[in-house]
Amino acid sequence: MSHPASANRYFVPDPSHWPLVGSLALLLLASGAVLTMNSIANGGFVLMGGFAVLAVMLFGWFARVIGESESGSYNVQVDRSFRWAMAWFIFSEVMFFAAFFGALFYVRVLSVPDLASADQAGLWEGFKGQWPTAGPAAKDVFTPMHAWGIPAINTLLLLSSGVTVTWAHWGLIANKRQQLITGLALTILLGLVFISLQAYEYAEAYSHLGLKMTTGVYGSTFYMLTGFHGFHVTLGATMLIVILVRTLKGHFTAERHFAFEAVAWYWHFVDVVWLGLFVVVYWL
Amino acid sequence: MARNLNKNHDVSRLRRRSAGLLMAGLLGMFAGVANAAWEISLQEPVTALARRVYDLHTLLTWVIGVIFVGVFAVVAYSLVFHRKSKGHKAADFHDNTTVEIAWTIVPTLILIAIAFPATTTLVQMRDTSQPDLTIKATGYQWKWGYEYVTGDAAGVKYMSVLSTPRDQIENKAPKGEHYLLEVDRPMVVPVGKKVRMLLTASDVIHTWSVPAFAVKADAVPGFLRDTWFRAEKEGTYRGQCSELCGKDHGFMPVVVEVVSAEKYAAWVADQKKAMAAVSDDPAKVWKLDELVARGEKVYTANCAACHQPAGQGLPPAFPALDGSKIVKGPKAAHIDMVVKGKPGTAMAAFGAQLSDTDIAAVVAYERNAWTNKLGELIQPAEVKALRGK
Amino acid sequence: MQASQHAGHAGHHEDDSHGHGPTGLMRWITTTNHKDIGTMYLWFSFAMFLVGGAMSLIIRAELLSPGLQYVSPEFYNQMLTLHALIMVFGAIMPAFVGFANWMIPMMIGAPDMAFARMNNWSFWLLPPAAILLTASLFVPGGAAGTGWTLYPPLSIQMGMGMDMAIFAVHILGMSSIMGSINIITTVLNMRTPGMTLMKMPLFCWTWLVTAFLLIASMPILAGAVTMLLTDRHFGTSFFNAAGGGDPVLFQHIFWFFGHPEVYIIALPAFGVVSHVIPAFSRKHLFGYTSMVYAIAAIGLISFFVWAHHMYVTGIPLTGQLYFMYATMLIAIPTGVKVFNWVTTMWRGSLSFETPMLFALGFLVLFTIGGLTGLVLAMTAVDIQLQDTYYVVAHFHYVMVAGALFSAYAGLYYWLPKWTGHMYHEGLGKLHFWLSMIFFNIAFFPQHFLGLAGMPRRIPDYAQQFADFNMISTWGSFGFGFSQLLVLVVVFKAMKGGVKAEARPWDGARGLEWTVPSPAPHHTFEDPPPFDPAEAHG
Repeated sequence: MSHPASANRYFVPDPSHWPLVGSLALLLLASGAVLTMNSIANGGFVLMGGFAVLAVMLFGWFARVIGESESGSYNVQVDRSFRWAMAWFIFSEVMFFAAFFGALFYVRVLSVPDLASADQAGLWEGFKGQWPTAGPAAKDVFTPMHAWGIPAINTLLLLSSGVTVTWAHWGLIANKRQQLITGLALTILLGLVFISLQAYEYAEAYSHLGLKMTTGVYGSTFYMLTGFHGFHVTLGATMLIVILVRTLKGHFTAERHFAFEAVAWYWHFVDVVWLGLFVVVYWL
Repeated sequence: MARNLNKNHDVSRLRRRSAGLLMAGLLGMFAGVANAAWEISLQEPVTALARRVYDLHTLLTWVIGVIFVGVFAVVAYSLVFHRKSKGHKAADFHDNTTVEIAWTIVPTLILIAIAFPATTTLVQMRDTSQPDLTIKATGYQWKWGYEYVTGDAAGVKYMSVLSTPRDQIENKAPKGEHYLLEVDRPMVVPVGKKVRMLLTASDVIHTWSVPAFAVKADAVPGFLRDTWFRAEKEGTYRGQCSELCGKDHGFMPVVVEVVSAEKYAAWVADQKKAMAAVSDDPAKVWKLDELVARGEKVYTANCAACHQPAGQGLPPAFPALDGSKIVKGPKAAHIDMVVKGKPGTAMAAFGAQLSDTDIAAVVAYERNAWTNKLGELIQPAEVKALRGK
Repeated sequence: MQASQHAGHAGHHEDDSHGHGPTGLMRWITTTNHKDIGTMYLWFSFAMFLVGGAMSLIIRAELLSPGLQYVSPEFYNQMLTLHALIMVFGAIMPAFVGFANWMIPMMIGAPDMAFARMNNWSFWLLPPAAILLTASLFVPGGAAGTGWTLYPPLSIQMGMGMDMAIFAVHILGMSSIMGSINIITTVLNMRTPGMTLMKMPLFCWTWLVTAFLLIASMPILAGAVTMLLTDRHFGTSFFNAAGGGDPVLFQHIFWFFGHPEVYIIALPAFGVVSHVIPAFSRKHLFGYTSMVYAIAAIGLISFFVWAHHMYVTGIPLTGQLYFMYATMLIAIPTGVKVFNWVTTMWRGSLSFETPMLFALGFLVLFTIGGLTGLVLAMTAVDIQLQDTYYVVAHFHYVMVAGALFSAYAGLYYWLPKWTGHMYHEGLGKLHFWLSMIFFNIAFFPQHFLGLAGMPRRIPDYAQQFADFNMISTWGSFGFGFSQLLVLVVVFKAMKGGVKAEARPWDGARGLEWTVPSPAPHHTFEDPPPFDPAEAHG
């Protein structure tokens, strides 16, 4: 703290080296990814180095923030700042997914029917333009993903996890720590089962259905949307685990528990994205 | 209003010139030098549609000119008379609902007024129905391919490549009159006929554009898009590729020759005759030197832009062919590369562009030119056999 | 007087400003102070401005006369791509983020930005992105040569320089999103009691809307380049017709980001001008409320006009008509803003110090850029002008004469507050007049080139374009070298000169003028009382 903590003063942190470490991590990650994708020697090591530095940075930075929070540096105004920030961050994530959903709608409503239309006379002879499709030049056959198998089970899992995390929140507000811990643990468990089922589904798609990233625009949109969603579930589950550990350490009170709420918001966001996915990627 | 002017060329020309002068007046320093070398407005239109676009532009230039002068007359008055140095005291007002509503509504009305001619012109522009003939233009890196789809010339098909000599581009020779705007074989169309253009591309997005016709449309790989024109005056009209398409984007002009019905008929007859003459016997067995000689021509037209006339390429984007592993390797892989290209790079698939004979010739040339003295001969039949695989 | 009272209040913090924390280079690397971070943003932006400017001079040198003179066409394409990416993401955007960092906390009476440590990271993400972009020139195959729009399939053909550009865009996007979250939170949550949203300085309003635009549009760009990356390396078919995708899909997504991006650059520029013109007219800004509504309207409409960049791609007629009408709508709020500025000057008491000159230059040239934008909005006319130099002239009037001139107006306006010294007025005026004259020599003739049909992004051109190109090149060199004067002005002001008062401009309003010049390292650790006389609304 640069200045004596005062209940009315807004907390301004001391100088910190974590941002620089974070920038270094991203530079390493980007360079490593470029090298790896272009099959240049040692790219993998640079990439791994980037992940390692990023992990150190996240750990160090968040440890610092948690420390500041636990020592009571954050007043009500800071708490409000965090809420605004988390809300806008989730909005930015919504827009990120919007790009991929937009791409899916575009190909289904515009480009695929257009490729099959009479306007393209002679260019793609015999292309029917039915969804799902791997495109007019596709040769390999594939089986599209069926909605009412694993995806339906996954929908149930995520919806239930939305309930359990809310139940945990009620426990926190009512000062029932056991309910909080049980609720969190259940949420994490449901999340992990979801991720495992997704991984199984991918393996099936590759080995038995002939459905790959290279399976034309159906494969492209399927893997891009479900892949980024799966990544976000993993991130959310990791954050829930951190919250569970902090709960076990005795953090959070019935009145002050922004971190818990932020992760809960994020979890609901991931849930809502899944509903969109289930409807437009798997079902329709 | 614009439609009446179309019928009266003199008036519209007068307006055109005055619009040009207005543009020039905005800068001041160019006023009065509106001669050919200092062209300051759109090119002379040669289709009815282009004339409508021209007049629409003139109208808009007047509208924005008047708005500009009006607004900045007020500013100029303030700058001169409301200066502190003249002892002007600041008034104290900062809202006036009436004025604010007025300057929201007036621009809205102006916009609605200009939306009418803008809309009708656009609707006409998109009406490609009932053409007299249809031509398909395909963009390649970096040339245009024309294929006459309907009309008398149906079936005629050729490439149109920049004909400006390299020396002129590299400043080793004086530049010709149509520097960079000339091709070996222009597209030829009859005067007064509605020509529908179908556009596509084989590699990246190109844009087919002829300003005198007010025609500009993207050629998107994998899609067909269309546009149209009806040229009213014979002559040669020049445009350029207008979408960045790689290294030689600046060197793939569009040249359209508009000719009389008789000349067009004669041209069509010539083309048909030439087609019959050059159509090679695919079964012909070639001798090495005649095949290599032909291959050199194919190479210069299709390959030299990237791989360079001496085969040294422009590494790493465009690899050298002189001493290349693929060229000096097995024939089949070499032919395959030419026919199918290499996806994700600028190496195009030439299978659809070149005949079996041309592919055999160019492969034979590459395998025997420069230091690649393999002494190998490839027959068109071999290419044909490989294509099937 | 109110000002001196605050000055004293803020003054007692000054002594502890350098008494703690790292010093030297580490001070800058680890700082959490909004003024330090603002300063770094501004210097970074100026450095990138010089790099991008040097690239533009290479471009203009090649275009001095017909024929290929100095560079190969491939290198030319790389230059025009990097020039645009660096100017947009490296120079203009960081310049206004620098202003936001320096001024927003001082304008609203906040101790710092809401998240001071994350603020530092937003800045320090820029150098890695700049390294990736510039280093891409030296990798095999060179930098991306696709234009800043990165259209596939051309961008699929590029070498690893393209991947570096993609990751640079990702990092820049993270920086922008974090910076925007910070600004929105600061503006919404850190205003001093009594300063309602409708009494807030207009610069804060423009940034509030800009930050919203950034948060909504940068993730879209990130998504677009991610699809480009997977199309390049993982065999997806988003932009490949053979697989059922469409190259034009990229253009839709890109411009869904790209059009708001135009206003991301323009809105903060509007904000700065809305401070400078009232200050030197010694009057209140005319129509504050309508200004706020106009900013919000422009921000909102900017999400619904993207395909006016794509009139020649073959979108359906109904699409062309809709996007034409929607684009015309933008003229209305933009017109309202111009009329408000003009009326602010009306019956004022005007004086013409350098900030005011740049603001007036902005007003004249931005209006020209806006009016040619109206011409381009008309689909039928745009089809003649799309991808010609007319468009190049149009957006340089908006971006250089609009954003850059406004940034200079802000620089000269607030420089006394930052350095504590008045800048050299004569040099400032010289800088303005050289910029104004050379800018017009460089860019006005490009309208004529475009009308005559000269395509953009070509390294060589036909003979009839030679004269105007020559003029344009000489103008651009004059403009480029005139910008070095800024360095002289800023260094002189940093080293010394006439001591600046707390409120060096008698017509200036706002909390930032109630603290001494130079502003103490920490201002407003406790919220200052809000004096309605300082309010803008």
